[in-house]
Amino acid sequence: MLEINNLQYWYKPRRPVLKEISFSVKRGQIACLLGPNGTGKTTLLRCLLGLQAPRGGSVFLDGKNMSHLSAKKRARLMAYVPQSSGLAFPYEVREIVLMGRVAYLSPGGAHKDTDRQAVFDAMEKLEIEHLAKRSFQELSGGERQMVLVARALAQQSDLLIMDEPTANLDYSNQVKILKTIKHLSAQGYGILMTSHYPDHAFLACDNAVLMRDGRVMIQGTPEEAVTSESLTKLYETPVEVSEALTSYEKVKVCIPLLGCP
Amino acid sequence: MAVARKRGRFWTVMAILAIALIILFFASFLIGRYPIAPAAVWDIICSHFINIPVYWDATMEQVVLQVRLPRILLGILVGGALSISGASYQTLFKNPMASPDLLGVSAGAGFGASLVMLDGGTWWQIQSSAFLFGIIAVLAAWLISRVFGGQNITVLVLAGIVVSSFFQSLLSIVKTLADTDDALPSITFWLMGSLGRANADDVLVMLPATVISLALLFFFRYQIDTLAAGEAEAASMGVNVPLVKVVVIVSSTLLTVSAVSICGIIGWIGMVVPHIARLLVGASYTKLAAASFLVGGLFLLIIDNVIRAIGVGTLPLGVLTSLIGTPVFVVLLSKARKAWL
Repeated sequence: MLEINNLQYWYKPRRPVLKEISFSVKRGQIACLLGPNGTGKTTLLRCLLGLQAPRGGSVFLDGKNMSHLSAKKRARLMAYVPQSSGLAFPYEVREIVLMGRVAYLSPGGAHKDTDRQAVFDAMEKLEIEHLAKRSFQELSGGERQMVLVARALAQQSDLLIMDEPTANLDYSNQVKILKTIKHLSAQGYGILMTSHYPDHAFLACDNAVLMRDGRVMIQGTPEEAVTSESLTKLYETPVEVSEALTSYEKVKVCIPLLGCP
Repeated sequence: MAVARKRGRFWTVMAILAIALIILFFASFLIGRYPIAPAAVWDIICSHFINIPVYWDATMEQVVLQVRLPRILLGILVGGALSISGASYQTLFKNPMASPDLLGVSAGAGFGASLVMLDGGTWWQIQSSAFLFGIIAVLAAWLISRVFGGQNITVLVLAGIVVSSFFQSLLSIVKTLADTDDALPSITFWLMGSLGRANADDVLVMLPATVISLALLFFFRYQIDTLAAGEAEAASMGVNVPLVKVVVIVSSTLLTVSAVSICGIIGWIGMVVPHIARLLVGASYTKLAAASFLVGGLFLLIIDNVIRAIGVGTLPLGVLTSLIGTPVFVVLLSKARKAWL
């Protein structure tokens, strides 16, 4: 449902930020974008969101070339979950989730019952209905992240772009958001998330895209793509991928080798 | 914190504000040097719609219709306009300290008005020059941010500060050139703001400007709302951010520049009132803007009534709004601090 072909971007022509990025995200699939800071992940997301026009290549959404779509149409096909929201004022949670319906308004018109229903459904799906009338500022980091996911769900698009959904969250909230992401993909959502935790690729993702210096270094299933060699190269720091045996399944884990010179 | 939580609270608050405004509107006719009985005020107003035998003298009718009515209407319109413009800027710039003169409109208008007052200048010339330079100032800030900052909103705020300072410097030059017996005092008093020179024609300028701006803001109310979450998020939700930004700036500028060119510079109201409104009805833009208009109208009308009760010409309006606005802001700060940070 999301197809990125040879995407290129630069701020200054002599210093390309994205060089021929190609990968795709399919319905019901979670793709995890890994890479060190400053490698172009954020720029890639900005291109996908239409905040920056690609300098080359193309992005297809549900078979439609994104550069031909209006912002409104794009928002109905693809929703964005920011890392954190810079809301400056004491908005209520339901007001924030309702913002996700702005792409469905007729010009100058008001929200309809279908919009309020979509808001309620989104909050119900994430089990945060009880937060509806709370002030966003009074919520914990984990609750805020859930509200931002709910706002994206209210957009009723099948593709979710999530910018480091687990950043700034404590352990239990990280687990909670990963479970939510898996749950959503099981319902048919395609999800592209960026992360700084390669472990999350094994825990939740179907696809891993390793990005370095504006290029896709390697991509594939986490099993293929996330290996000791690739991570060591990606982060320029010795990492070993090992297998751990939990009480009911085998999980691959990434361990940075701190003792290694 | 007393942020609105219950469904229906918005309409309750709006009804109370509207009733308070209507009561105050009629009560305001009774204030002033020339005493008029409430029944007479009522009859004079009604006589234009139904047939009532005339028992009042012409002066009385003139005071009610030519002096007090425009002044009261303008108090409501100007207070409402400045407040809604402040509420829009605070939402657009995601900044609780944003005020209607953020982009330099007041400084520009002040310079424009003072320039004409150097040689006397008629009321109409002063107004139109203030209007013109207020718009020039905002345009300059907008162009500076376009040329040097691309779409960046922080650059726009900085450009506003720069343009404000620039026009304030020009204003200072005009003041040093002004005749100290005649022009300088009138410039100084103009800058302190007053509804004293308001007349029926000013209502005819203010009303369409207000209606057009409010219609524009109303049309884009939900799009403006999303901007409180930031431009990137708003764009990802399908909002045409550059267009909405222009709409907010054009409407707010039109509201503010019409207000300022009629009444001079009236400080603090545009910044404080949205915070009062936010405590009453929450932060959501549609509700915030509606409540801001009513609270702003009430606020300015009350303060102008105080001035008229004390005696005309004793206290400048803009000074009194600042005098009352600043402590109110401190009280709000203690209540809402958590929500801003």
